[in-house]
Amino acid sequence: MYTENKTSFPDLSETAWDIIVIGAGNAGICAAITAAEAGCSVLVIEAAPKDMRGGNTRHTRNLRAMHDEPTDILTDAYSFEEYFDDLMRVTKGVTNKELAELTLRKSSDLTGWLTDRGVRFQPALSGTLNLGRTNAFFLGGGRALLNSLCHHAEKIGIIISYQTPVTELIIEDGFCTAVKLENGQSVSAKNVITTAGGFEANLDWLAEGWGDSAKNFLVRGTPYNKGIILRSLLDGGAQSVGELDQCHAVAIDARAPKYDGGIASRIDGVPFSMVVNKHAERFYDEGEDFWPKRYAIWGRLVAGQPDQIAYSLLDSTGVDRFMPSVFTPIIDDTIEGLADKLGLDPVATRKAVDDFNAACPDGPIDQSILDNKATSGLSPEKTNWAAPIANPPFYGFPLRPGITFTYMGVEVNDRAQILMQDGKPMANLFASGEIMAGNILGQGYLAGIGMTIGAVFGLIAGAEAARTLNSTAQENKQ
Amino acid sequence: MRLIDIAEADAHEETRRIMQICNACRYCEGFCAVFPAMERRRTFTEGDTAYLANLCHNCGACYHACQYAPPHEFGVNVPQTLSERRVETYADYAWPPVMSQAFQKNGFLTTLIVSLVLGLCVAGMLILISPHLFWGIHLGEGAFYTLVPHTVMAGIPLIISAFVLVSFVMGWRGYWHHTGAKWGGMASLLDAMSASANLRNLGGNNAGTNEGCPGPDDRPANARKYYHHLTFYGFMLCFASTSTGTIYHYLLGREAPYGYFSLPVLLGTVGGVILCIGTAGLWYEKQRMDERVKSLKTLGMDYAFIGILFAVSFTGLLLLGVRETSFMGLTLAIHLGFVYGFFLILPFSKFVHGIYRFAALLADANERKQS
Ligand SMILES: Cc1cc2nc3c(=O)[nH]c(=O)nc-3n(C[C@H](O)[C@H](O)[C@H](O)COP(=O)(O)OP(=O)(O)OC[C@H]3O[C@@H](n4cnc5c(N)ncnc54)[C@H](O)[C@@H]3O)c2cc1C
Ligand code: SF4
Ligand code: SF4
Repeated sequence: MYTENKTSFPDLSETAWDIIVIGAGNAGICAAITAAEAGCSVLVIEAAPKDMRGGNTRHTRNLRAMHDEPTDILTDAYSFEEYFDDLMRVTKGVTNKELAELTLRKSSDLTGWLTDRGVRFQPALSGTLNLGRTNAFFLGGGRALLNSLCHHAEKIGIIISYQTPVTELIIEDGFCTAVKLENGQSVSAKNVITTAGGFEANLDWLAEGWGDSAKNFLVRGTPYNKGIILRSLLDGGAQSVGELDQCHAVAIDARAPKYDGGIASRIDGVPFSMVVNKHAERFYDEGEDFWPKRYAIWGRLVAGQPDQIAYSLLDSTGVDRFMPSVFTPIIDDTIEGLADKLGLDPVATRKAVDDFNAACPDGPIDQSILDNKATSGLSPEKTNWAAPIANPPFYGFPLRPGITFTYMGVEVNDRAQILMQDGKPMANLFASGEIMAGNILGQGYLAGIGMTIGAVFGLIAGAEAARTLNSTAQENKQ
Repeated sequence: MRLIDIAEADAHEETRRIMQICNACRYCEGFCAVFPAMERRRTFTEGDTAYLANLCHNCGACYHACQYAPPHEFGVNVPQTLSERRVETYADYAWPPVMSQAFQKNGFLTTLIVSLVLGLCVAGMLILISPHLFWGIHLGEGAFYTLVPHTVMAGIPLIISAFVLVSFVMGWRGYWHHTGAKWGGMASLLDAMSASANLRNLGGNNAGTNEGCPGPDDRPANARKYYHHLTFYGFMLCFASTSTGTIYHYLLGREAPYGYFSLPVLLGTVGGVILCIGTAGLWYEKQRMDERVKSLKTLGMDYAFIGILFAVSFTGLLLLGVRETSFMGLTLAIHLGFVYGFFLILPFSKFVHGIYRFAALLADANERKQS
């Protein structure tokens, strides 16, 4: 993990904080700002050094927002009904409908709220992924968004303590009495908002759901989201939501770093390639649908292969059909030579390619449509864009499962309060972001909804945490 | 021939490495012209990196926004790397080629040359002009030329200018061929001129909303752009002042110094003041810029050029102030020293950024039209 020379820690325990927010990502900063704007004193505690703040948020690019008419950031319209249908489709109905509806409806306020606090968006139409209608793109990406929000936070008096990991929450009967820090201090506040992400960077925990294969996962985002806060909440009696092995995972370049490889390690060539496992066997239809629609199943697919590795093979015609990748593909003039470089058996690979080529139809493919250029007699078939791998040089990309974020989290209500196993809200604990995304995302994924969930529930958590304090203050006065 | 030290010459390779990462990421595509131009390519030749480097204003926006910036192991630092690549291109296209060396320790070298010219000027005038003239008070038309004949005073820069012009043309040619730039017609020319005139790529947003680029930290500010405007337009006014002066001299037969409210003096005064403020501001903004965005390999060049430009304009104003006193001679010597020095180092100073930037904008305008 990343370190800065931080030798002295200001004593945070001396102040009587109204609200402590754990985790300075999108969800946390949105909550902190809302609470501070409502008059509360707010401390944000963040494990990473300042330059690496904002966990997975720093890797994001957009959020998905409902809107009834075009704005300067979003084209056309994206109605509640359409958004809701999309969500139902990807989650196959595994969602808390009430919270989902709340999220989608409130998503229409987000760009305005963020813009007012200094966040800048790209103008409509310029997004690379043709998501300009449904998704609002942050100018400069998630790190730029966070830079703006953190400046705003500091301006309105929020204290952010970096490189200050929380090790444990002390919870008694659903009431958080203390927040224990790695530096030995113990801090407390009237309300605590937990926004510390999922447990995607905790390979041991992942192994509980995925078995040994988890050790070969690459973590696309921050190394800090180890689920320490989530574990503490669950141990403290919070009700969990979502399955252990549900997550967003994609196939990424196997040469990516173990953590923080982010968006650039993505591989877009699968639909124009043939993908084999370490035994040079194909295992899934590479051309099932447009890549943005299939992108998120390939993590799971590769995770199911021996040693969690696969290879995307292309020829010189195929390689120019998709966005360039961060790692230069492995190249050779012969299939055997390429196989050798990739660590595949040359004979088996040659045979697999020959079989594949023989099953491909004649004529050029059309990548702009589902062109039905399907193989015949193969198992599994490739149902679109099937073209022989015949024009040297040949290219190979090694693939590994890259986990984006986990879905199992704490159950919350529409006030972002964390629920206990008996269904009652915890007295002073709130949650937003990945740590509770599983309430809405039981499975599947819609691009941009991660940030939307975090921001919507961040705003709710901040407002509710402030409101309960203000109403107690009112009562005390009377 | 490439004379720059090979060990220092891998800014191209580092630019290529970084552009490959950026091209797979593209989060910064909304900031400036560099990223859209990058997206039009899949691989990056030396010509490509030279082109991209000269489109960049070193504003820092894409550093502060970058999820791969240090301490990330990808270590992406676009502004710093492009700065280093840029100065490499200045060396590559320098003419005569032997002057590539000048871009190695440019800050030191330009300062040295200007100091030498300054010393020569002052010493020369002190020696060649009799003290009672040099320290005397001269009023009215032709006062300057009682000290230095007009043929000498204007002849020196004329000779230097011819050389400078050839050097610029050769540099432009080198750049144009190396980057494979294409002429896109009048529309592209107008587009490039407008981008130079309004610095739209230093507005922080391709949408043209002009919120600004990072100031001392990652917050958007427009100060650097405004100081650059003052510098550029101040320089242009001074240039116009000299040109009208020449017209006065040759066409109207009137000799400098001109009256305080004459066109050359008015243009020069306003231009000089603006140039002083602009250069002082640029210096101030540069030194408070985030250290991580700056490049040590170019800072000397940047400061030296800004400093000399300030000195030229400041001594010009000073001359105006003291021209009716006995300090006219000395101030004139100093001013001429700076002016001649400035002219001499033009092709081997930061000044060339304007030339290659304009060429890059011209190529960019054409590329955007094509795509
Ligand atoms: C490569 C990548 C691209 C993505 N792109 C998008 C996208 O374009 N759109 C989208 O909607 N979603 C995207 N996502 C998902 C998105 O990142 C998350 O849904 C969202 O950022 C979650 O925000 P958060 O605030 O809950 O968590 P985070 O942003 O991860 O913040 C959690 C914070 O808590 C801190 N923390 C963790 N443990 C502790 C502890 N014990 N003590 C103190 N602090 C702690 C972490 O350091 C971190 O800063 C992407 C994810 C990845 C990995
Ligand atoms: S500078 Fe960083 S964030 Fe911006 S495009 Fe390049 S890699 Fe991506
Ligand atoms: S002009 Fe600014 S945003 Fe564009 S590449 Fe240069 S430093 Fe980055």
